[in-house]
Amino acid sequence: MDIDLSFNAMTMTAKQFGEMTKTMMRETMVATGGKQVIDKITAPIWSWGQRNSVYPLHFGIACCALEMAAAGGPRYDVERLGIVFRSSPRQSDVLLLNGWISAKLRPSLKALYEQMPSPKWVVAMGECTISGGPWYDAYNVIQGADTFIPVDVYIPGCPSRPEAMIQAFNMLNRKLTAENRGSFLDD
Amino acid sequence: MSEVIIYDAPERSVEEVSKDIKSKFPAVEVLKVAPKRLHLQVPRDISFEVCKFMKEGLNFEHASCVTTVDYLDHFTVVFHISSWTNHILAEVLVDIPRDDPTVDSITPLWGGANWHEREAYDLMGIVFKGHPDLRRIMMPEEFKFHPLRKDFIVGRRV
Repeated sequence: MDIDLSFNAMTMTAKQFGEMTKTMMRETMVATGGKQVIDKITAPIWSWGQRNSVYPLHFGIACCALEMAAAGGPRYDVERLGIVFRSSPRQSDVLLLNGWISAKLRPSLKALYEQMPSPKWVVAMGECTISGGPWYDAYNVIQGADTFIPVDVYIPGCPSRPEAMIQAFNMLNRKLTAENRGSFLDD
Repeated sequence: MSEVIIYDAPERSVEEVSKDIKSKFPAVEVLKVAPKRLHLQVPRDISFEVCKFMKEGLNFEHASCVTTVDYLDHFTVVFHISSWTNHILAEVLVDIPRDDPTVDSITPLWGGANWHEREAYDLMGIVFKGHPDLRRIMMPEEFKFHPLRKDFIVGRRV
């Protein structure tokens, strides 16, 4: 920690002052073990909140998107599990890929993934997204989403049933429970 | 209000139309004449003149489709041109060599052929001379191949 900074606090801009306070607080918490304590206390609450509000991006590519829509409909109603489809990547936690990824779509998909705030997860739904599926060896279809973004859960099926999608989110739920992420000072 | 045209009965028969084309362009080979159908084999160098004559002299108002067939030793560009006045769908075949796949564009005559020709260029690599905007229509610009050609190796992506 740079203690000298506190002496010329008067000459700092507001931004510099904010950064200095943040660093000081953070390093104090880490050094004294307060962070670990707070993490331990907050982790169950944070993790509970996180895994009960998994928001996927409402982005449909191909026929698996219809299954996604069916899962959002009244019969399966994924909203009761806290899976709410958001229209903006800034508000979503999960990138749900459903359909073939053509060479022209790949840059846009990569941009969408990078626009999502961390922590974020990727669910690959259907054969096309997993390995190209029926378009294996095609000149224009990317052979699997994991060739360019990391994938957490794979859902097989062509197309997958809405139940399979719900199961994938249950698996993601289990993953979040295991991670047990506490975040008092953002990390 | 514009005039309403009713295409009830054909003005001229297929035989008359094919005879007109044959008399004006002796190099054109009439492959088949069927009711409402006309199949023409046109040499590459006069294809645009034939199409222009068909549009301006024979009332062919509409280009329905432009596509290409790969016969390994040559390409055949197929223009489907229809006439509502005469109730004819003409199929104009133009053979072009494999090492020089260029043909005259019919977009200056029928604007609707624009995207069809771009598609033929995208998938088969046929270069249409006189096309206003010959770019790939579906695949990314950085692709260096034309995948519907018979000699395209499946699984190749470069």
